[in-house]
This record gives sequence, C-alpha cells and structure tokens, in this order.
Amino acid sequence: MIRDEDIIVVDTPVLNAAERLYIPQIVAGMQVTLRHMFKKSITVQYPEQKRTLRLENYRGVHRLNRDEEGRVACVACFMCETACPAHCIHIVAEESPWDDREKYPLQFDIDELRCIYCGMCEEACPVDAIELTPEYNLVGRSRQEMVFDKEKLLKVYDQTKTEKPRKNPRITGYAGTGNRTEGQPTGDSH
Amino acid sequence: MLDILKDQFWFSAILTVVLIGAIMGVVAYCIYFERKISAWIQDRVGPNRVGPFGLFQPLADGAKFLFKEDIIPANVDKPLFLIAPVIAFGLAMIGFAVLPWGGNVDLDADGIIDVTAQVADPGIGLLYLLGVGSLGIYGVVLGGWANNNKYAFFSAMRSTAQMLSYEIPMGIAIFVVVITVGTLRLEDIVLSQIGEGNVWNIVLHPFAFIILLITIFAETNRTPFDLAEAEQELVGGYHTEYSALKFGMFFLGEYAHMITGSGFITILFLGGWHLPGVPGLQPGDVSIWAMLFKMTVMGAKIVGFLFLFMWVRWTIPRFRFDQLMRLSWKGLLPISMILAGYATTLVYLGKATNIPWALGGNVALLVIVLIYNGLRSGEITGRQANLPAIARPVEAHS
Repeated sequence: MIRDEDIIVVDTPVLNAAERLYIPQIVAGMQVTLRHMFKKSITVQYPEQKRTLRLENYRGVHRLNRDEEGRVACVACFMCETACPAHCIHIVAEESPWDDREKYPLQFDIDELRCIYCGMCEEACPVDAIELTPEYNLVGRSRQEMVFDKEKLLKVYDQTKTEKPRKNPRITGYAGTGNRTEGQPTGDSH
Repeated sequence: MLDILKDQFWFSAILTVVLIGAIMGVVAYCIYFERKISAWIQDRVGPNRVGPFGLFQPLADGAKFLFKEDIIPANVDKPLFLIAPVIAFGLAMIGFAVLPWGGNVDLDADGIIDVTAQVADPGIGLLYLLGVGSLGIYGVVLGGWANNNKYAFFSAMRSTAQMLSYEIPMGIAIFVVVITVGTLRLEDIVLSQIGEGNVWNIVLHPFAFIILLITIFAETNRTPFDLAEAEQELVGGYHTEYSALKFGMFFLGEYAHMITGSGFITILFLGGWHLPGVPGLQPGDVSIWAMLFKMTVMGAKIVGFLFLFMWVRWTIPRFRFDQLMRLSWKGLLPISMILAGYATTLVYLGKATNIPWALGGNVALLVIVLIYNGLRSGEITGRQANLPAIARPVEAHS
C-alpha cells in the first residue's frame, strides 16, 4: 500500500515557444538517429560468429562430472532432485561398488526440456558432481531424445572438461567432504 | 528507330514502359532500404542473407508474396475486397504520368525540339496530380470496408479523417506556389524556377515547403501520421484481412505513393530536374544525354526525399489522434492561410518572385508564430481543458 505522502504527482512539462513549434525537437531527434546510422552495428552474426560466454556462470546444458579415476562423481544423495523446482531430475540409487562412498546413481535422468536452467542443482550438490556447462546449442528431434541419461550427461562432461574444468576435482564421495565418519549416519538421536 | 521516337506518342509509350519498370524496381528496393535504414538507425545489420548485402531480398519477398496462400475470408464484400488493392496500387502508379522528367529533347540534334521527356503534358498537370493523390484514399477506405473487420474499418475511418484534414493545408501550400508562378503546368512550374533572377520556390516560401512536406507525410500515411496502420490499436490496419499478392499490392502502392509525393514536392519547390549553375541541366540543353542527366538529377532528388521519409519514420513516434487533428486544424491551416494571403498580396504588388519580400514575409510569419506560441506556453499541452483537474494527494496526516 502506497501512502498518500509518497505519491509524486508529475505534471505535464510546460513547453516553451520553440518546443511548441515541434520542428526544433524533431530536428534534434533526427540528429540522434543520423549519428546512430554511422555507428557500427552491435549484431553478432550468430551461426558464423559466437559470443564469448562467461564460462564460470553461464547456465547451459548439465553434465555429470567424473572423479579422478573416471568414475561418476555423483553419490546419489538426491539433493539436486529435491532442490529442483521443475522436478526434471530423476535418480535411481544403488549400493556403491566402491569403498569411498555408499551409493552411486544407477540411473540419472534430466529432462532438458522441462529444466528451467536455474542452477539450483549445481548449488545443492555436496560433491560438485552436477554442473551446468556453457553449452547452449541444444537441439533434438524428439522429446525422448531430450531426456539426458547418465551416459549422455557423462559424455557432456567429456566434451566440455577442457573448456570448463571441474570446479573442485579432489572431492570424491563423502570421504572428501569430512562430514561423515566410518559410514555412520550423523542423524539426530531423538 | 529514331524516327519512331521522334513522335511524342511513341516516345511516351516507351517512356511509360521504362518508367513502370524503373518505379517497380525502386519500390521493391524501397522496401529493402526501409529495412536497412531502420537497422542502421537501431545499430543492427538488417537483411543480409539473400545475395551480397541482402540485395536480392526484394526478389525473395516478391516470390514469397506470389506463392503464399491467397485467403479470401468468408464474410467479406468480395468485389470490393478484390478491387481495393488494385485501386490502391493503380492510383499510386498513374500519378507518374504527368511528372516532367527531363524537359524538352532534340533527339537528332538538328535544332528542332522533337519531344518532351514526359508521358503526358496536360496544362493542368498539377490538378491531375492532386486529384490522383486524393483518390488514393479510396484504396484504403474500400479495403477497410470490404474486410468486414471492425479494426480495419476503424483504420479506414481514421485514414479518411486524416486525409480530409491534411488535404486543406496541402491545397493551400500548393496554392502559394501556383499563385507565385502563375501556372498549373508542371513543366512551366519547373521552368519558372530556372533562369536569371529566378530561384527555387523553397527559397521564396520555405514555410509553404515545410507545410507541404508535412502534409505529404500525412497523405502517404507515413509515420508520424500512420495512424491507419497503428498495429498496437488496430491489429494491422485496413489491410488486416489481406494476404499474399493483394497485401503486396497495398504495400507497393504505399511506396509508389511516396515516390509520387516526392516527385511532386521536388517539382514544386526544388526545381525538378534543375540544379543551378550545372551545365547540362539548363533549359537550353536538349540533347538526349542532357535528358538522361536531367532524369538522373530528378531521380536523385526523389531518392533524397525517400530517404527523408524513412529517416523520419524510424525517428519520430506516431501522433495521437487528437494531436493529429490539432496540428492540422489549429497549426497548419492558419499558417497556410496567412501564407496564402501574403503570397496573393505579393502578386498584387508585382513582387511575387522578389526574394527579400517573399522570404521576409516568411521570416515575419515565423516570428509571429514564435511570439504567439511564447504567449500561450503556460498551457499544458496534450490535455484537453474540459477534463477534470489532476487529483492531488491528500495532505499527509501526522
């Protein structure tokens, strides 16, 4: 609710004699447009030229990072799936075959058509396994093709890792985060 | 071949064919340059995909117009619907018939004037041009009516009111020229601006030139007077329901109308094909090469005006309807009437083409208008006096 004393009444500006003739104002406007006519255009000729993107924070297609041993870095904690406002991430977890983590994703599907590219999954991830890449050129011939599974997301990592390396490659599983000890859950005691 | 050309009828016939071809080409490239100029003004590139620099864009557009589905909606007035684009386009084209392109020509250099570089040379060429220009409204009105679409009809009504309002200052501005030079024949109007002691009419009556320029903007439905095509209010304007080639004809008609208007104002105020002091452009130069040179100069002046039309379109926003009417009836009409009275007085005193007298009167008029405007400048513009006062906020309770 706006208080009455906060309202600013703006009067129509009073024009002087020259302004009321219109002509000087029109000439001034046309000078501006004439100047612009000789300026260099700012258009990027897209398919031939490409903008240089800010790699750090551009939010394009997702990828699933690999750790230093080439395994999927995800620990299937469901944080991203929970954080996702568009409900486009679907994870099926499975017991991990490796010692340094409990779970790993058997399936990891992202519906790229449903995604709103907000980047909340990247923020939620405790192991920096899911990241958004600067890749925006995303096309497909069917809806099914646009649902990216684990293999495809890992492939995106392989393609983009030189362009944008993984933020924190040392984190592998819970061991690196220091939040867990000896596989014991840190749940409350109630 | 040359003997046939020496007959005015055959010369006119060939000139007609050449002119129609040239004008269609210019109209097509007008659309290209309209887009290019808008792009340049907005720091963009514009059409650049079809051919080098997008130069074949008009061909692609033409092909598109030809092959699009030609829809005739169910409830339109079919005969009128079909004939309206033809009227709009045809009337815009026949205006070119009387424009003098290059004066008298002596084709075989034997000292005898053979033909006039003009399709037709009636004694009332100016009236013909005015009449044809005014008839252009029929294309708009019939198109808007036949559409059976209320927005298109609104557009047609707006256009009619606008054209009626602007016809009057336009007629009076032309009257100023006619009373000064004393003829309605277009070639004579050009010749009267040439020679010892004569200057272009723009020097004599710059005010009338500006009024005519503004009214031609209104006549051709160009921004800032394109209320008939205000997309935000009227969907698309009078051609909302038109598609394919019929829409294209409205489009071409609009640009052809612009070219006629430019030629018109060039002849009345800027000396037609003449440039002072340039050899080859004087009435005595009658060779075929002089004719082509004169045609080029005339064309260049017209192109200059076309550029001005486009430049203005991408600079100045559209008027509101009440502003449009106020400009015509309260602004242009009184000024043009004072000018007409002044020009008539000059003719009575025998000083019609006397530069200090004519120009002095125009400057005096400008001063009077400025003083009058200065005295009235306390008024709020754009708001009608009979509307309730602007609500003031209640004083704050503390």
